[in-house]
Amino acid sequence: MTRAIEQQLETDRMILNFGPHHPATHGTLRIIMELEGETVVKATPEIGYLHSGFEKLGEDLDFNQYITITDRMNYLSPLCNNVAYALSAEKLMDLEVSKRTEYIRVLMCELSRIADHLLNVGMLAVDLGAMTAFLYGFRVREDIYDLFEIATGTRLTTSYTLVGGLMRDIPEGFDKAVQKVLEEVEDVANDIETLLNKNRIWHDRTKNIGIISKEDAITYGISGPMARASGIDWDIRVNESYSIYEDFDFDVAIALNGDVFDRYLVRMEEIRQSIKICRQSLDRMPTGNVIIDPDFGFSLPPKDEVYNSIEGLIYHFEVTMPNRGMTPPIGEAYVPTESPNGELGYYIVSDGNRTPYRVRTRPPSLMNYSIFSKLIEGHMLSDAPAILGSINVIAGELDR
Amino acid sequence: MLIEQTLAQIEEKFPNSILENTEFAGEQILHVKGQHILKVLTSLKANGFNFLADLTAIDNLTLGGYERFAVSYHLLCHKTADRLTVKAYVSDKKPSLPSVESLWKTADWQEREVFDLFGIKFKGHPNLVRIMNPDDYDGHPLRKDYPRLGRKERYDFPIVDRGINKQKRTE
Repeated sequence: MTRAIEQQLETDRMILNFGPHHPATHGTLRIIMELEGETVVKATPEIGYLHSGFEKLGEDLDFNQYITITDRMNYLSPLCNNVAYALSAEKLMDLEVSKRTEYIRVLMCELSRIADHLLNVGMLAVDLGAMTAFLYGFRVREDIYDLFEIATGTRLTTSYTLVGGLMRDIPEGFDKAVQKVLEEVEDVANDIETLLNKNRIWHDRTKNIGIISKEDAITYGISGPMARASGIDWDIRVNESYSIYEDFDFDVAIALNGDVFDRYLVRMEEIRQSIKICRQSLDRMPTGNVIIDPDFGFSLPPKDEVYNSIEGLIYHFEVTMPNRGMTPPIGEAYVPTESPNGELGYYIVSDGNRTPYRVRTRPPSLMNYSIFSKLIEGHMLSDAPAILGSINVIAGELDR
Repeated sequence: MLIEQTLAQIEEKFPNSILENTEFAGEQILHVKGQHILKVLTSLKANGFNFLADLTAIDNLTLGGYERFAVSYHLLCHKTADRLTVKAYVSDKKPSLPSVESLWKTADWQEREVFDLFGIKFKGHPNLVRIMNPDDYDGHPLRKDYPRLGRKERYDFPIVDRGINKQKRTE
């Protein structure tokens, strides 16, 4: 067939339905792709399969009850969501928490970040056919989850923070356990980078795939490692320091090309920086209380007192009774935090009652995912898992 | 620094559009008439607020406010790390606002979400369809007059017959 005839022949576009249940989507996402051969011409993401009405539910739960909902939104780094919500609520009520609380929160957030990035890099690798990197990352992530279990009691539904403190203090010997895991993480990060950084197949699959320009990143509202991979020097931990991050000394990882490979590099570097923050936090851990003074009439008393003393039990009931407990002023608060995927914040509007009037989650995944259809256009179908993996969509947070 | 200058400029430029300028917990909130939101945001974007961090709505049914709905825009300036909340007020009779999708692409999905959950329409939006709920869903769940347990819509979801014969096994 001559070339001229070939051009006249019209090929049918094929519609391919990717998801909602597909191993490479890591959540219930559906993408309707129009293919011409193996090239994606148009992609329409459809979301909402995991819409659970968390924001509506928040209007009926009081401030401490809603913390249990926040960790169900993000199934990779629930502690970051707990902390983000507690920070917003504390800003609304103008509470100041102790220094020890802040240090433990930072430690937990950074451990979550390590676990999240390890899983994300591993998942990206396993979607592209590199099983070993995934297994290395997943094993050490399990150790981090053991740490969460030691400190909070559970692996996933941590609910560790309270408005005005933490559920419980970290146990004795926790710092040694963390140090040991951090060493392992360092080894594993080195192993993963040895496997992937100079791997020819890895380069072919990730370089120049899904490039986000700086302008696109800003107009699409992209934040976190994805924005930093596109050269935007913006880390909320540094630029709009919240909690106690200004006490820590760490670098912000930035890459310039904005492709899948750069997003991987940024995430790996952030793991190393997080290890640094964790170590500093352990070294300088102050002593003190982790719950603000119970006599203040705001926060729940420590669980030990509730179970072991009559005063604590009475006090606990008093705080949780209707028309008692914490009543914030009429107003609104929003604290942006740097979650592993980007800017996460809870926008709480209060009408002066013990339940919030409106709780809005600013989900990083929603904004990061909205650029997907632009990224995939013109690429091959096999690049879809690579781009999807580098975005790290968390469906629970995407749909809320 | 930037935020005070910008607010003074905006108030001078659009005296009929700005309703009020309040502060709570150290954060500035600019209250704007709904129909003028696009020109106010265009001007704010030109003044350095280059990033739309969040777009959401609040139903003021029992809270009280200028109008029934307030659509809030969280802006961020990357240069000076300033944040500003802009609230646009819409009445509940055919609520509609000009879309800001032309300024920030991120408004596309977020305006769809507000449309889905609050029923506020955005004029000039390229593809204003529901994003969270099914297309044939009736009602806007985050409105305050919508009951938490729903209006029994879930009982009316259509049953799709895929033509598969489900015969009971007789053994």
